[in-house]
Amino acid sequence: MTDPIKVAYWPGCVSRGFTSELHGSMAFVAEKLGIELVELDRANCCGAGVIAEHNQELADTLNARTFALAQQTGLAMMNICSTCQGAQSECQQRLDADSSYRAHINEVLSGQGLAYEKGKDGFTNKNFLWLLVEDYGLERLAGLVKRPLSGLRVGPFYGCYVVRPKERLGYDEFPERDLYLEKVIEALGGEVVEYDGARKCCGFPVITMNRDTSLRQAGTHVGDAIDAGADCLVTPCPLCHLNLDMQQPEAAKVVNRDLGLAVLHLPQLVGLALGAEPKQLGMSKHIASTKWVEERLAAVPA
Amino acid sequence: MAEYTLKVRRYQPESGTGPYWEEFKVELDPSLSVLDGLLQAKDRDDGSLSVRCSCRAAICGSCGMKVNGSSTLGCKTQIGEAHDQANRRKANDVPPPMGADEQPPPGSANGSADNPIVIEPMGNMPVIKDLITDMESTHWTKIRRVTPWLLPHGEAPEREYVVEPESMIDITQSMACIQCGACVSSCLSMEADPNFIGPAALAKAYRFVGDPRDAETKERLHDLAHDPHGIYDCTHCFSCIDACPKGVAPMDQIMRLRRKAGEAGIDDPNHGHNHEAAFVKIIEKKGTLDEGLLLQESFAPGVKGKLKPSKAAIKELLGSIPTVLRAIKTGKGRSLSKLVPGIHPKLPGDAQDEVKAIYKHAEEHREEFNLYISGDEEATLEDGLDPERSGGTGAAQPHGGGAGETLGAGEETTEEKPQ
Ligand code: SF4
Ligand code: SF4
Ligand code: SF4
Ligand code: SF4
Ligand code: FES
Repeated sequence: MTDPIKVAYWPGCVSRGFTSELHGSMAFVAEKLGIELVELDRANCCGAGVIAEHNQELADTLNARTFALAQQTGLAMMNICSTCQGAQSECQQRLDADSSYRAHINEVLSGQGLAYEKGKDGFTNKNFLWLLVEDYGLERLAGLVKRPLSGLRVGPFYGCYVVRPKERLGYDEFPERDLYLEKVIEALGGEVVEYDGARKCCGFPVITMNRDTSLRQAGTHVGDAIDAGADCLVTPCPLCHLNLDMQQPEAAKVVNRDLGLAVLHLPQLVGLALGAEPKQLGMSKHIASTKWVEERLAAVPA
Repeated sequence: MAEYTLKVRRYQPESGTGPYWEEFKVELDPSLSVLDGLLQAKDRDDGSLSVRCSCRAAICGSCGMKVNGSSTLGCKTQIGEAHDQANRRKANDVPPPMGADEQPPPGSANGSADNPIVIEPMGNMPVIKDLITDMESTHWTKIRRVTPWLLPHGEAPEREYVVEPESMIDITQSMACIQCGACVSSCLSMEADPNFIGPAALAKAYRFVGDPRDAETKERLHDLAHDPHGIYDCTHCFSCIDACPKGVAPMDQIMRLRRKAGEAGIDDPNHGHNHEAAFVKIIEKKGTLDEGLLLQESFAPGVKGKLKPSKAAIKELLGSIPTVLRAIKTGKGRSLSKLVPGIHPKLPGDAQDEVKAIYKHAEEHREEFNLYISGDEEATLEDGLDPERSGGTGAAQPHGGGAGETLGAGEETTEEKPQ
């Protein structure tokens, strides 16, 4: 029930850059949950699909290096970014499929005293969301709740990279991975809001290439969630957060309506239920105000 | 035999009313298809229920539809599985935490109600009648847009063209397309931008870009990169990969088109190539992403770009200023320095050199490992030889394999579809 959990932790780039509140809130929540994070500070960017677009072998080798660094710790790996999960899983799928391809990739890593070994110590790489449900356990999580999110209406937003493609992302073994956010929201005492965009795309990957296509997606989903009565969204992906929160005022112009919906990172939502103050979770750094969420929670005694 | 409820989104144009939902009870074996269920309802309950179909074996590509919100072929989806999908539990097994008593939330009914299988016409297309969509405007027009025929130069050979099988293997995946439109129906970029060329047409474009007999590869790439609704308008959402009944993975073909456009040095006005090149360069230098620098380099690459940025670059840069200013105001980037390009730190110790060594190795080889062709060696060993991925797989000769022999015939049958 209370086995300590220790993971090799890949925070990603964006959680230490534009969404630093994610990095901070994850550290806070990990401590409260009793998850020990061994940060992979020598690891490199996953490439977010963009490096693979340029040179697939380069992306595969860069991620093999990250996996090898994680394997050196003997621990399972955890990330906090849907996009990292997707980009890394894509490379891992290719690496795991073929021993001679793996050997070719390991050639360059061996010069650095590293090697990626398929399935070594049952190696896994999971987003915090997956780890929370599959390894930590919802019951254990619910047992730690200090301030149930009663009455808080939360819209889940997954991010493409943890819902598709199903075959690559372990849905055979864990068919409910695209229902985990709902499960976590309920375990924390919150209310799930169903709306059209939960498993759609925020549009982020084309923000520099076709701003209109990009922001129309973000604006539509935020608007749909508002229409469905959401008090906030929650996402396990900092890149989604950039489009849904940081770009929200611009997205509002593109879809030509008022928006203004708080978008929480998954660890922030967990943190609130564990009794943290919004400030401790960096919520003042968001672009879309989180005040309404705070008011809703204050209305219910902790 | 089991009983199922089909909830069908109907539209009968001659009735003068809008679309409506109607439920049908059907009884059939769980291993039969959703299409079989619809045909039973049509046969027993309402002859006017309209659906397009022919082969009933996932070959003709006629029966594209949405089942429980996912785009697919009606004849390839087992009705038993569709029923299970419609009835996945959403509620937790966990009791609500202490203090939260006025539960349970809506939509978390614990399996009591039996949800119907929800069937809709394909998305991103006008509906003609019930489940029949107009594929002309959003599918065939776009297919024609990419010049879906060979453009060889010079005299045609007296007999057939002779090509190495290996050089054709690369395009077998895109040749497997049966033009069903499921990917188009699922496309999330097209939802936001109906002008997007889309997954099916771009997969088709790769089929010719990758063909060694075609002589206008660069022109094709130039065209698709320059179109604001072309290869750089794909939002990388993977929907088309999951929707495709034939494993074409249109998104993967689009990424290959981008890779080839980059290799051909095509500079597009959509900043697609700049964005990719800047991203790749930043990781080589710093190991993790410097978002500020990425933004700047995507729109106005290098010193030259900064002195004389294009009009489009200025517009985009100006467009991103409000966002950046807002970020500074809320302290989003912790400090101003986070938002100033170029101050981002490198990886510690010699880690950055390790990353650079990887770049050197990978840029020399540029190997592309294609799972569609090579398969998973363990899966191949377990299942024996998969006839769809004929020959040559496994550890001994992994990077290639060969669908070569089946190519000629396969191409003929998959390219044409009677309308
Ligand atoms: S997806 Fe993002 S955060 Fe994750 S490693 Fe890549 S660039 Fe960094
Ligand atoms: S929703 Fe957006 S940022 Fe998130 S995974 Fe999809 S494209 Fe990426
Ligand atoms: S990956 Fe691209 S082409 Fe495929 S469905 Fe998504 S946006 Fe459309
Ligand atoms: S790519 Fe796949 S989903 Fe798209 S039209 Fe072809 S067969 Fe259908
Ligand atoms: S009837 Fe479904 S593909 Fe032919």
